[in-house]
Amino acid sequence: MTDAMWAFGRVSGIVALVLLTISVLLGILTRSGRPLPGLPRFSISLIHRNIALLASVFLVFHVGSLMLDSYAKLKVVDILIPFLGAYKPFWQGLGTVAVDLLIAIIITSLFRKRLGARLFKAIHWLTYAMWPIALVHSIGNGTNGLSGWFIAFSVVSAGAVLAAVIWRASSRFIETAHTRGVVR
Amino acid sequence: MATPTNRYQLHIDWTKCDGRGLCTELLPGLLDRDKWGFPVAKTDDVNRRSDVQVPGSLLDAATDAVELCPLIALRLLPPASAS
Amino acid sequence: MTQLLDEGMAVTARTPQGTNRLFVAGERAHYNAHVAAYGALDLSRIGPELIAELDRSGLTGRGGAGFAVARKFGAMPTRRGRMWPASAVVIANGAEGEPRSLKDEALLRNAPHLVIDGLLAAGAAVNAARLYIYTTAASLETVKRAIGERRDAHRIHVVEAPDTFISGEASAVVNAITTGTALPTDRTQRLTTSGLKQRPTLVHNVETLAHVGLIARFGGDWFRGVGSSRDPGTRLVTVSGAVPRDRVLEVAGDTRIIDILAASGAADSHISAVLVGGYHGTWITRDHLGANLSNAGLAAYGGSPGAGILYVLDVNKCGLRFSAEVVRYLANESAQQCGPCMFGLPEMATLLERIASGDRDPAVARELRNLSETVVGRGSCHHPNGTSRFAISTLAAFAADAQAHLQGRCLRVERH
Repeated sequence: MTDAMWAFGRVSGIVALVLLTISVLLGILTRSGRPLPGLPRFSISLIHRNIALLASVFLVFHVGSLMLDSYAKLKVVDILIPFLGAYKPFWQGLGTVAVDLLIAIIITSLFRKRLGARLFKAIHWLTYAMWPIALVHSIGNGTNGLSGWFIAFSVVSAGAVLAAVIWRASSRFIETAHTRGVVR
Repeated sequence: MATPTNRYQLHIDWTKCDGRGLCTELLPGLLDRDKWGFPVAKTDDVNRRSDVQVPGSLLDAATDAVELCPLIALRLLPPASAS
Repeated sequence: MTQLLDEGMAVTARTPQGTNRLFVAGERAHYNAHVAAYGALDLSRIGPELIAELDRSGLTGRGGAGFAVARKFGAMPTRRGRMWPASAVVIANGAEGEPRSLKDEALLRNAPHLVIDGLLAAGAAVNAARLYIYTTAASLETVKRAIGERRDAHRIHVVEAPDTFISGEASAVVNAITTGTALPTDRTQRLTTSGLKQRPTLVHNVETLAHVGLIARFGGDWFRGVGSSRDPGTRLVTVSGAVPRDRVLEVAGDTRIIDILAASGAADSHISAVLVGGYHGTWITRDHLGANLSNAGLAAYGGSPGAGILYVLDVNKCGLRFSAEVVRYLANESAQQCGPCMFGLPEMATLLERIASGDRDPAVARELRNLSETVVGRGSCHHPNGTSRFAISTLAAFAADAQAHLQGRCLRVERH
């Protein structure tokens, strides 16, 4: 049983990471205000949001199954406070940091109409910290963290996110930038 | 503020709008887009460009637009609420 | 029913006759001079009945929009029918953002007590809990001094307005008092319903309140004693441009523009056109200067008296060049909050500058018209609307100049 929990914990972690990667890329695309062929802007926004929520579900599985696994010795306090874990405390602590950031991001997103655009935006920027921390956590903490295929995935996804961030910082990023003389 | 009406009105908060265009995709019958990206109400009445009248058939789409606007720049005002 | 006029007070030596009403107490009138000139105002006898008197008077706003004052007062919620009435707020708006307007400053410098009377009377009429005077640094001291000269005005808060074009916009006034930032805000309700801290708020120009202070003493019928039935009372006008010196005059309603110009010393032969209503206003060309300065008199030209600003364009100056500078100024004065204004106005300025500089492309004027149409009504205040109106009026009034420019000529002596 505990082997199954352990395996399920690992798989759900990897799935969550893949989904978060896609969500980050779609989030940057949505910020640009650009559609894709066949995908209008509102669709991209919805898919970005839904994939993030799906990632959260897998994170619940990831954390939950590892709590039920005797080898990981994950306790409730480990979800909130990092670096207290029994197994690989540092790398696990990074996971705690990432999941705490994500909880803040998800909650402010779900309640953004009530909390206001400014707070939503400020917390949402933490995504740029959350994602790399989640990636490093999975490399350091994961059983397959240093396996060939996982390294390959990490390199590809880090490359994609880095490219997206560079695009984000460029002057032609916003779809309507070329029509507007003023930087807004 | 527009004069009272018996239709729902889509209120555009121009101080928040950044012309991202999601609303113009969801309400193509109601909104065009200017060259900078901002919504232009499809009406001859210039007094209804910030409080756009929404026919009943487009109410669901308008609700979606309000929900999905990235800058929370839209509100749906019930009929005859404009003072 | 409170009597505003005692039998014996109906026509006294103090009741202003003629068109000199606002400055009867003289220059920089101290409170004593003010009381000697107009008599004291008994606030205890003023209540909601003042609104009916304002209605009789036909007084319209003197800050630019020209709404019927009684109607605005009437929009404030009454005490009856509300369990816990929200406390009302009245704000005297002396921001005077228009560069070509001097009347509010002149009024506050010379007759601040009339403005204070009007503010106090308005406050009594709507049972206000808070009273404010919002004015620029230039008038701050004189207002504070005036408040200090009397015993009934200490509850008035004086707030400084920045010297920007839009600082006098009604929602910007409320925003400035609340947060210190004098920028317009998005509104879904009128200020009279929900304004300063969600309270019913009445914002009136200082001149409007000065007239209220007089009507509270002498009544609505007295107010209608000068002017016309369609434009009763008096208004302050500021005349600048091709005149010996900039002047503030008090004129009766419906006065002809040409008579105001004559009183200001403008030489008939030197006038190309007059800009009526400030930088958001309309050009009246020399052939039409016989028009009356009133809503009705200017309706045919798409104009209105606004805040009584008249700028006289010298016949040797190019109206297109002047107007281009105005539109560029208006673009720079945008609050930079709303897209169509933020991006549209600078483009409009560039186009008009090209026309003024003699661009030979006929598409430029067409593009300016299209842009002007695009920005109207798409902002949280009327800045783009007014700028549009001015641009369109410019193209109409100086069509001959624009035509000449297209052909590489200029009709004016002063070249660019």
